[in-house]
Amino acid sequence: MTASSDDGNAPQDPARRDFLGTVTAAVATAGAVAACWPFISSMNPSTDVLAEANTEVDLSGIAAGQMQTVAWQGKPIFILHRTPDEITAMAASNGGKDPQPDGQRVKNPQWLVVIALCTHMGCIPNKNSEGWLCPCHGSVYDNSGRILSGPAPRNLDIPPYTFATADKIVIGKS
Amino acid sequence: MSNRVIAWIDQRFPLSSFIKHELTEYPTPRNLSYWWNFGFLAGFVLVLQVVSGLFLAMHYKPDTALAFDSVQHIMRNVNYGWLLRYMHSTGASAFFVVIYLHMARTLYYGSYRAPRELMWWSGQIILLTIMATAFMGYLLPWGQMSYWGAQVITALFGATPFVGDQIVIWLRGGFAVGDPTLTRFFALHYLLPFVIFAMVFIHLIALHSVKSSNPSGINLRAKDNIPFHPYFTIKDFFGLGIFLIVFCAFLFFKPDFFIGTENNIPANPLHTPTHIEPEWYFLPFYAILRAVPDALGGAVAMALSILIYGALPYLDRSKIPGGARYRPIYRLLFYIFVLDIMVLAYVGGQPPVGPVVSINRIATFIYFGVFLVLPFASIWEERWLRARGLPPAVQEILANEASQHGARQ
Repeated sequence: MTASSDDGNAPQDPARRDFLGTVTAAVATAGAVAACWPFISSMNPSTDVLAEANTEVDLSGIAAGQMQTVAWQGKPIFILHRTPDEITAMAASNGGKDPQPDGQRVKNPQWLVVIALCTHMGCIPNKNSEGWLCPCHGSVYDNSGRILSGPAPRNLDIPPYTFATADKIVIGKS
Repeated sequence: MSNRVIAWIDQRFPLSSFIKHELTEYPTPRNLSYWWNFGFLAGFVLVLQVVSGLFLAMHYKPDTALAFDSVQHIMRNVNYGWLLRYMHSTGASAFFVVIYLHMARTLYYGSYRAPRELMWWSGQIILLTIMATAFMGYLLPWGQMSYWGAQVITALFGATPFVGDQIVIWLRGGFAVGDPTLTRFFALHYLLPFVIFAMVFIHLIALHSVKSSNPSGINLRAKDNIPFHPYFTIKDFFGLGIFLIVFCAFLFFKPDFFIGTENNIPANPLHTPTHIEPEWYFLPFYAILRAVPDALGGAVAMALSILIYGALPYLDRSKIPGGARYRPIYRLLFYIFVLDIMVLAYVGGQPPVGPVVSINRIATFIYFGVFLVLPFASIWEERWLRARGLPPAVQEILANEASQHGARQ
């Protein structure tokens, strides 16, 4: 033991005490921050919401030339059964403002699967024989969901999906 | 840089002087024991309840068709929903544990006496508001105990003379507890914590005006006070550590301990559970309600059993400082009272048959008897202590008080 001062309460090694204080404060802060996590996490999608992350669609009921709208994660999805003429026309074109070959936008040229929200402001475009026309600001899309004219910056987005069987797709799983 | 920011703020807002006055230079008696820890803990639990309640409210649905299932949804689907829910239900019990210990300390050390009457009364309002909040919160899970508890307690108001039936219907928003009751209880359960917060601020402003009492019961000389920070912040936080260990033991290992098993059955207005009892923290008052064989009399006795605490500063007539520590008769009364409350809590949870009824009534009689005896006992005790000879220091204090009192007149 080193010689102590007159006052028995005086710290013999202030640096040691400061270190303990700092470590205590650091551990307490880390604990408080960690304790915030469950609260923040509780605002994330709950498991029942996550369970709706995938949507299965049976394609057998959609005739050539027909389109069906389904919901996936609360968003509308267009599933278009394209005719041979449309397939040929789309394969020949490269789109407009946002050029992309049709082959990169489909897994099976018969089936076009796109998120039905205009890439401009999120309205749902209306189907016509040439493709889609957005009612909000007049963006025009072709039968591959590619933007031809209007204010939309991008082609219609493609959701992740996979063919479970020849006539059944699972949207949400790629 | 930070000095300049603080200086900028100080010119516009009393930040530094506030911290100095209320924390780093706030004089606190150096002899405070861990019994003075529970006010801080109650504040902590209040914040815990408000925060966990806020996040629960993001998932809960106050609708009789959805309420029970939404609680199951919270328990099963919501991320950490089980933690939030059990934190909130365990927190309710923890709140009453620390509040009751806080009150027991106030009683033992006579902290309610002059000049701290307003602290005692504001604390009483806080207690009543917490009780109302806890009662309404218990309906929200919409289980059998929730439903029948609310049914019975709202029916109590039917004992009001002349307009009893109308009051009960008005409280419930229907002829029985139902959807309107659940929705209004949810609204009020969300509102009342803000009232509690406001009352806590009043409680704290009063505290910082009259300062903490201490185990000696005497106002200490200036040199016997030490700054609140760091000495009592560190002490309070150590106490918080101990509290959290106990709290987490229940939260993680016995989360159902405070939840009646019957409440896992959805509310059924056509079937009463065989044995209804309120939450543990209401049991002594519930026992007093049952002790009186008359609906109105029981309700009045129960209300009185809580409100009578407000009269304590006047019922205790003794001038001897120092609480129960230096007052043998008062100390005896204190222990009789605490024991009696425990007996009441026990019988309140038993079916009212056989000896339970008699024990219940005797304990109720003792409960009020202690308050009635106190004015006489305290005067007699002071006379006895003075005759026996007080320590010189206490004599000096009493002489000072007497001369100050005389000078004022």
